[in-house]
Amino acid sequence: MSVITPTGQATDPEAAVDKPKADSYLKRIANLQQVWILGVLLVIIVAFSVAAGDKFLSVSNFSLIAQNVAVWAVLGVGMTFVIITSGIDLSIGSVLVFSSVIAAKVMQSAGGDGWSTALIGVAAALVAGIAWGSLNGFLIAKAKIPPLIVTLGALSVALGLAQVVTGGIDIRSVPEVLTDFNIYIKILGIPALPFVALIVLVIGGVVLHKTKFGRYTYAIGSNELGARRVGIKVDRHLVFVYGLSGAMAGLGAMLSLAQFGTTTIAGQSLTNLNVIAAVVIGGTSVFGGEGSIFGTVIGLFIPAVLQAGFVIVGVESFWQGVAVGSVLVAAVYVDQSRRAAALRGAARKPLLSVLGLKK
Amino acid sequence: MAPLLEARGLSRSFGHVRALDNASFDIDAGEVVALIGDNGAGKSTMVKALTGNLDVDSGELLYDGRPIAITSPQQASALGMEVVYQDLALAPHLNPVQNMFLGREIPRRGLLGKLGFMDDKTMRARAEQGFRELGGTVRSLTAQVGAMSGGQRQQIAIVRAISWADKVVFLDEPTAALGVVQTRNVLDTIKRVRDKGIAVVLISHSMPHVLEVADRVQVMRLGTRVATLKSAGTSVEELVGAMTGALDSTITRKEGVS
Repeated sequence: MSVITPTGQATDPEAAVDKPKADSYLKRIANLQQVWILGVLLVIIVAFSVAAGDKFLSVSNFSLIAQNVAVWAVLGVGMTFVIITSGIDLSIGSVLVFSSVIAAKVMQSAGGDGWSTALIGVAAALVAGIAWGSLNGFLIAKAKIPPLIVTLGALSVALGLAQVVTGGIDIRSVPEVLTDFNIYIKILGIPALPFVALIVLVIGGVVLHKTKFGRYTYAIGSNELGARRVGIKVDRHLVFVYGLSGAMAGLGAMLSLAQFGTTTIAGQSLTNLNVIAAVVIGGTSVFGGEGSIFGTVIGLFIPAVLQAGFVIVGVESFWQGVAVGSVLVAAVYVDQSRRAAALRGAARKPLLSVLGLKK
Repeated sequence: MAPLLEARGLSRSFGHVRALDNASFDIDAGEVVALIGDNGAGKSTMVKALTGNLDVDSGELLYDGRPIAITSPQQASALGMEVVYQDLALAPHLNPVQNMFLGREIPRRGLLGKLGFMDDKTMRARAEQGFRELGGTVRSLTAQVGAMSGGQRQQIAIVRAISWADKVVFLDEPTAALGVVQTRNVLDTIKRVRDKGIAVVLISHSMPHVLEVADRVQVMRLGTRVATLKSAGTSVEELVGAMTGALDSTITRKEGVS
């Protein structure tokens, strides 16, 4: 992830208005929550490495972690956009289930075990996901229903419809190429699923930090009325952003089918909360206007690394929930205090020490 | 010579309230006109009607002497008119450059531009130029606007407006939330904008400031223009008198219309 800061590069040293202080760039980086969270992640990794040695610091362990993170990472890209607009999407887990059910049904009726069947499935899953996301976006932008309510409703409806379609029984017939794709294929030494996730993350990061679409996403989360006044089509943009989140859920559905070889009707009830937690831990503000894909990646790895580490060290993995929940609350606390401090124009030194203790 | 922008007999009601009642307004090119009046006199409504933010029930607008219907803020922008709102309408998480070009980003050349990529370098250079011209107090073009002082934010909003407006800039109470020094900066800025040949419509409650920078003062009361005075030779007392109706001589109240 080459893109870290939304504000971009301050390469131009000659700046008549800008009196560049030598430390300003470093200072800005140090003020980014992602950097501190990255520190937390590194501390966790070092701690487990010390405790478990090679068993933890092995390629196989990390490729397992990456495998586990892949689906959430794809969902996290859409969620990062949504949360930056100061919205929320609770429905992604259910939309993932719905899309995977639709895709599985379509692939079933198409028949065959080859790539053509799988690609039909991908198309079906994306269409299903985008349809849900756009509907969410439409209700939020045009009908002015709060995102929390719209997506809470969609969470329930999408899962319900998936159960109606399947009678509540998982569909286990998935084309072999999909499961093979997960198990056997490695691209540049990276297992297939994490590789797909990596590509999605990079594209998501570039779109968010380098394009107009991304800039408008920040602007809407930062000052919606202001964005309207400069002529940004806010409603349309919100439909696109929620549509993107739905599309990511559709893609996640295919990755999940490849990973498990079955739909996961009962298995996604906490997916939304886990992804939201990761996005928020990664420094994306629930108040909108701030965030990054890089942060989301870090936020995803913290719970995944904790889980893997606890298993290897022999601590009951229940502690993962305790740890992640604490980090989440701490992250939001830091975010909020920083906002208050920024309003007062004060430094946020004391808060950092709080974060430090949370390690 | 026809005024640059003229409104004739604008009326607009919100329910039983007549926000604009046969109100008129005019401004010449390169002129500073102050629009004053008590709260609820219709100043902001007038600005909205002039800039495509509000449909009027009746009345007409003339631009360069020709009748025109301005139906959207974008159309007003295309005509070279920009508004600096009281709340400034800046995105606090974006930096001054990003704010200045928000909604008008310069695309990169070629395919990348079509894909939505932006030419940050050019935008930054142009923003620097804009801030330099105004000799402002904005120190950093890379810090978030939200972390800046009220005066700096005001300056950013004004620079943004004049970078896009080549005809008229509307300033809605630009000094209301500012301290003494910042207010002075804004007033100087207004003069510099005028010197560039851009007309300025200034809404303000501060009579001394109005008399200092404006060429003419148009007074509104109860949704209509009740007086137009040249700043030169006019006193604060006269302005207040016109605002409150204490000096009613030319005004006939149109009662029974509503």
